[in-house]
Amino acid sequence: MDIDLEQFHRIFFEESLENLDSMETHLMDLQPGSEDAEFIDDIFRSAHSIKGGSATLGFTYISDFTHDLETLLDHVRMGARSISIADIDLLLQSVDCLRDIFSALVDGEEPKAEETCRLKGLFQCALSEDNGDVDAESDGIATQTDKVESNNVEAPNGKGWIIHFSPNIDILQSGNEPLRLFRELDELGELHVKAHLDELPQIHHCDAKECHMKWSLRLITDADKEVIDDIFEWVADDSAIEICSITEDKAVKPEQPDAEHIEDMRLMESSATSTNTSYSTQSRTKADVNPISLANNGTEAEIAKTVVSNKLQTATTPSQTQAEIISNKSKSDVSIRVSISKIDQLINMVGELVITQSMLSQISKDFSMADLQKLKKGLSELEHHTRQMQDRVMQIRMLPINYSFSRFPRTVRDLSKRLGKKINLLIKGEQTELDKTVMEKIGDPMVHLVRNAIDHGIEMPDQRLKLGKPEYGTITLNAYHLGGNVVIEISDDGAGLNKLKIIDKAISRGLIESTEDVSNEQIYAMIFEPGFSTVDTISDVSGRGVGMDVVRSNIQALNGHINVKSKEGEGSIFTIRLPLTLAIVDGQLLRVGGNTYILPLVSIVESMQVNKTMVNQVAGGGQVFHWRDEYIPIIHLSEAFGIHADYSSVTDGILIVVDCEHEKIGLLVDELLDQQQVVVKSLETNYRAVDGVSSATILGDGTVALILDILGIVKILHMKKAKIDTHITNLLGMHNRLDSNLMI
Amino acid sequence: MARILAVDDSNSMRQMVSFTLKAAGHDVVEAVDGVEALGKAKNDTFDLVLSDVNMPNMNGIALIRELRALPSYSYTPILLLTTESEGEIKQEGKAAGATGWILKPFNPDRLLKLIKKVLD
Repeated sequence: MDIDLEQFHRIFFEESLENLDSMETHLMDLQPGSEDAEFIDDIFRSAHSIKGGSATLGFTYISDFTHDLETLLDHVRMGARSISIADIDLLLQSVDCLRDIFSALVDGEEPKAEETCRLKGLFQCALSEDNGDVDAESDGIATQTDKVESNNVEAPNGKGWIIHFSPNIDILQSGNEPLRLFRELDELGELHVKAHLDELPQIHHCDAKECHMKWSLRLITDADKEVIDDIFEWVADDSAIEICSITEDKAVKPEQPDAEHIEDMRLMESSATSTNTSYSTQSRTKADVNPISLANNGTEAEIAKTVVSNKLQTATTPSQTQAEIISNKSKSDVSIRVSISKIDQLINMVGELVITQSMLSQISKDFSMADLQKLKKGLSELEHHTRQMQDRVMQIRMLPINYSFSRFPRTVRDLSKRLGKKINLLIKGEQTELDKTVMEKIGDPMVHLVRNAIDHGIEMPDQRLKLGKPEYGTITLNAYHLGGNVVIEISDDGAGLNKLKIIDKAISRGLIESTEDVSNEQIYAMIFEPGFSTVDTISDVSGRGVGMDVVRSNIQALNGHINVKSKEGEGSIFTIRLPLTLAIVDGQLLRVGGNTYILPLVSIVESMQVNKTMVNQVAGGGQVFHWRDEYIPIIHLSEAFGIHADYSSVTDGILIVVDCEHEKIGLLVDELLDQQQVVVKSLETNYRAVDGVSSATILGDGTVALILDILGIVKILHMKKAKIDTHITNLLGMHNRLDSNLMI
Repeated sequence: MARILAVDDSNSMRQMVSFTLKAAGHDVVEAVDGVEALGKAKNDTFDLVLSDVNMPNMNGIALIRELRALPSYSYTPILLLTTESEGEIKQEGKAAGATGWILKPFNPDRLLKLIKKVLD
């Protein structure tokens, strides 16, 4: 049977890759010696579903492989084996190997077998250490599959089987038909059947629903007893079935008349003649009278003919090959997992749309000019909903960055082990959402940066101790929304960039002539130049100098940018900023004068009313605020935007302490309003980029509110007064144009 | 080939069963639960019924009882698709009049092999 199961393959591959990811995560959490039963169970479950799926879809080499994996896990689960680092390594390698297999399958390529063979050997070694008294097959499902596969494989116990079959009187009413069972047996080899009609009732007592016959069968075959059991599986519970090997049968019951009888019989016709003729006639008469009974019971003659003539042509089912896996399918057809809540939001939105639409059609029924206002309102609502819906649809593509971060614990573990370094990985902000496409494209650059941090950044443990640093180095991955951007930070507390080496290299490559007028930032930025590597020896981890420029160009291709800050001896921090034009931000609404602005909630540290004693005047016009042992600058939003604020002194307003690239800044505003989720609208699309404002949004009442970009505001204030004036003019113009562009 | 009624509330399972059977040349009618299956069975004739056990509205066991009560389904083979390798479900199914059971997961070969047991 050439069955094309490709449509299920894809789902299965995706499912399996997810299972592998979760296995990997849990394996990383496992501590040798103190294995957490829950983790083991989770890993086992993942392995088990891969095994089940692959067996079902015909990837026996995968199920065979996962079987070994599962056996080892099962031993651990049963407490027969305590998991060692070597075990975890082996399991992780298997995860990789399986991932490769699945990736190859997804791409329509033939997976390579060498790695599976090697790992299988390792599993055998590992398992042979165990006593082997734990039953690896704890579940019936797997046993079932294996049983099927083992058909015709094992050596026979004898040369065949003698079967005594006395079916339940109601067997026919369960839809089972002895004749079909015999046909199945017949496929296994040479079958001889003898029917016992002794208990057949008189013709007028016959009930077509009942089966009064018994059979003795002799099957010459190499097949295992299990195969025979399988055939009788469905009727075994309520029928009397005796199965014994031919030799055994003779030995144990030499006087068994039926067996003797069968020995004598070569043809069923002879059995028919040797049986009581009156019964024989009776059964034929019965057949004439009641055709149903013929069909269901099958007279001995019929059975004799069909069985002995051996012409049963029940097509055997050829084993399905795995060849059909190899067919090219387009890689672009990938699916995405969406949380139910997002779908629900969409459905809600559709509901709103329908309501608005019905309202509009109501108005249009008998329309008069008096309804014009209503109509306008309806139309504006319609547009509002449509836009929201558009945004929500785009939201479907947003995934938490955890999808990308989750691969790094493994990278760090493997690499640090190989290089003999001790490194902890810290992950923050893993729930920050990012467009799926952006996420996929940012993956490789991030891997590159993390590998660099491990290879070049973090020092060897003894060196670290010598430098007075903790033995374990730390690599931190962080992600957060900042204004209209997603920021990803990759930092380490290692050696930092070697400024002198970079300068040397830059001069030798002719990038700069001297260090005059070159700032630290500019020097560090040179590592992103093509072919720039300060590493003397090339390792297989990194150092070929073909990385950082690719990293930068990849990020630039996403309209993002990357920069690096570093301090020798203290570490480096790479900051990737990616635009996020379509995002929903938790915003804090605030008021300055008559204007409403929005601050992304994540950037707010604290807000408070200021005590005058805590504010200090700085020479040159600035003010600082004493906050938790720090002095932070106070920024008047009204000043930055050239608008009038209601507060007359610092103590009248509200001070919002915000995070701005690892520094704190106090923003002075008139009032805090609501907190709400706002849909971020790109300013570039609707107007143009404006300093101090990352994007805009439309509030519930339909007015436009600007989302503040703190970094930009700081920049504005650094600008010269004259420039600020022109900026204000721009800003005012923008307010007017935005109103007409964004508002309805 | 045979006309088969495939009953399963799980979309993927039902599709796979149906697909496999169709590929083998059988005529397949699908139903998502016992109630739908019973309705279709009454207005049609089938050579074989394949049914899941756990389904909303009417489960597989109840479906078998209902079908066996119909004269036209007294002898029709009815197979249960079950994940239970042992015990109660099988017994219950048998008692209700099931012909046999097919353990999930199964591959297409096995499914076809098993239904061959009950088809002429």
